[in-house]
Amino acid sequence: MGGELTRMTAAGIAASVAAGDVSAVEVTRAHLDRIEAVDAGLHAFLHVAADGALRAARAVDERRAAGQPLGPLAGVPVALKDVFTTTDMPTTCGSRILAGWRPPYDATVTKRLRRAGLVILGKTNMDEFAMGSSTENSAFGPSRNPWDLRRVPGGSSGGSAAAVAAFEAPLGVGTDTGGSIRQPGAVCGIVGVKPTYGGSSRYGVVAFASSLDTPGPLARTVLDAALLHEAMSGHDPRDSTSVDAPVPPVVAAARQADVAGLRIGVVTELGGEGYQPGVTARFAEAVELLESLGAKISEVSCPHFSYALPAYYLIAPSECSSNLARFDAMRYGLRVGDDGTRSAEEVMSLTRAAGFGAEVKRRIMLGTYALSSGYYDAYYGKAQQVRTLITRDFDAAFEQVDVLISPATPTTAFPLGERVDDPMAMYLADLCTIPSDLAGNAALSVPCGLAPEDGLPVGLQIMAPVLADDRLYRVAAAVEAALDQRRGHPLLDEATGLDEEAAR
Amino acid sequence: MAPARRRPGPQGQWRRPAAAPALKMASMSITREQVAHLATLSRLALSAEELDRFAGQLDVIIAAVARVQEVAADGIPPTTHAVPLTNVFREDVIVPPLGADAALDQAPAAERGRFRVPRILAED
Repeated sequence: MGGELTRMTAAGIAASVAAGDVSAVEVTRAHLDRIEAVDAGLHAFLHVAADGALRAARAVDERRAAGQPLGPLAGVPVALKDVFTTTDMPTTCGSRILAGWRPPYDATVTKRLRRAGLVILGKTNMDEFAMGSSTENSAFGPSRNPWDLRRVPGGSSGGSAAAVAAFEAPLGVGTDTGGSIRQPGAVCGIVGVKPTYGGSSRYGVVAFASSLDTPGPLARTVLDAALLHEAMSGHDPRDSTSVDAPVPPVVAAARQADVAGLRIGVVTELGGEGYQPGVTARFAEAVELLESLGAKISEVSCPHFSYALPAYYLIAPSECSSNLARFDAMRYGLRVGDDGTRSAEEVMSLTRAAGFGAEVKRRIMLGTYALSSGYYDAYYGKAQQVRTLITRDFDAAFEQVDVLISPATPTTAFPLGERVDDPMAMYLADLCTIPSDLAGNAALSVPCGLAPEDGLPVGLQIMAPVLADDRLYRVAAAVEAALDQRRGHPLLDEATGLDEEAAR
Repeated sequence: MAPARRRPGPQGQWRRPAAAPALKMASMSITREQVAHLATLSRLALSAEELDRFAGQLDVIIAAVARVQEVAADGIPPTTHAVPLTNVFREDVIVPPLGADAALDQAPAAERGRFRVPRILAED
């Protein structure tokens, strides 16, 4: 019974709970059991909140027993990235500097999940302060990919992606700054969505790069992602960049699952040389599939996309160097070297050196460099102009087509350790996802098969204009339905990394 | 049956499109002394070993990101935010503030209802 419950979709669980076929407590227990069984090998979670989860589940069951209305995801477990503040669980951002920190308030996303009756199972692992593409930058050790435990689950939301792909949770929440939802979604074989910037609230999301950070859903099906997208999004007066507009009709679009007549553009600059052959092959098949489903395919050039990566690695570190100045060892978090002789400034420097990992230090210094007088115009200023040009590329493209597509990542999941000492190689994992972060438009990754050379999942990225998030779901649901039908089973049925581990 | 897996080739076999270090920017490369200065500005008490390592890595990264300078962008306005909004107001609603106990609860050190911090002025 427990095993079956963890294989269910979020939509299926919610329907069963609402119908009284199963209780939210049973569903939650099944997922806690699954975490207990497999997370030692996977390390998707930094903190499992069994008691709190069961309490939240009981509250859903009681509401149902009392005849009160339940939301569309009531009783569904969810894995929350450890960047969202939670009053009843630690919030560490994968950093030693915040080890054990108990925030005094809930993030808006946390609050909305609770209010919708979702059951938060715990907090998931991530690259420190969301800087990275593999979870190897977590101070608490990396997570692993359920397809092959020797490989990374992507990042920075790798813990949430691994948890969902390994059936520890039907839903996960992440944040996307340069691809941190779509890239782990792609390499774990699940759906990952970066909503339009400002579509989901940043209040209570520990800031990395404020003009880019966007919370969004991870799920095993497109419909589940849409249901979570709807539950977690919407205007928040506590976030001054929150968009005051209705959430796009993402759930209806996921149910529509139809691309007939839709104009789809293949981005010239996001493909070809430098991409793994199996990624290129699966992407080409996805293009053919969309055409066979009635979409009108054309090629669209976005000439400035090739400058997105360098622009991003100026803008994001600049914002990070400013945002992470708050970790000053005075009001919360780690404090090192306060022996009565040292000044506040010395204690601050010792604490930050001890509390931050290598990638965070690199980015703080890079941002400090890019913002320093004499370099500002040549680096940060220029990067902001490139950002404008990338946005204009998108605007021009969306005059010709309804959505753009590309591979979600240049390669499949890479082996643990392969890129740790080569920051530039690590940065390339986000090559395809960064343009939409810079422009703020909506983008999604949906699985489109396995690369023949390594048997690992490949993601198809779909990009839509600002506040046209619903188009992503329309296309992704059509691809998902056609591929599932052709294959005869969901792609994740072929993920055997955990079984291989168990057999060893 | 699971498909056969083999290790992908080394990273170097794939082109590094947008990130290929532009070595012609060598004149802009960063020295160890500059990195030490950045560490001071960043309030990071780095070890000598870290300074050595970061100097080499930052040199490569800065050479790569300097590619933005190739773009002809004269007269192009900068974008600071993806979805521009200006003058965002909300109702001025009175809500209970965070109490002193909650604010101090996670402090590294507290004394008499206040944050206790190391000295902020020099001895002399």
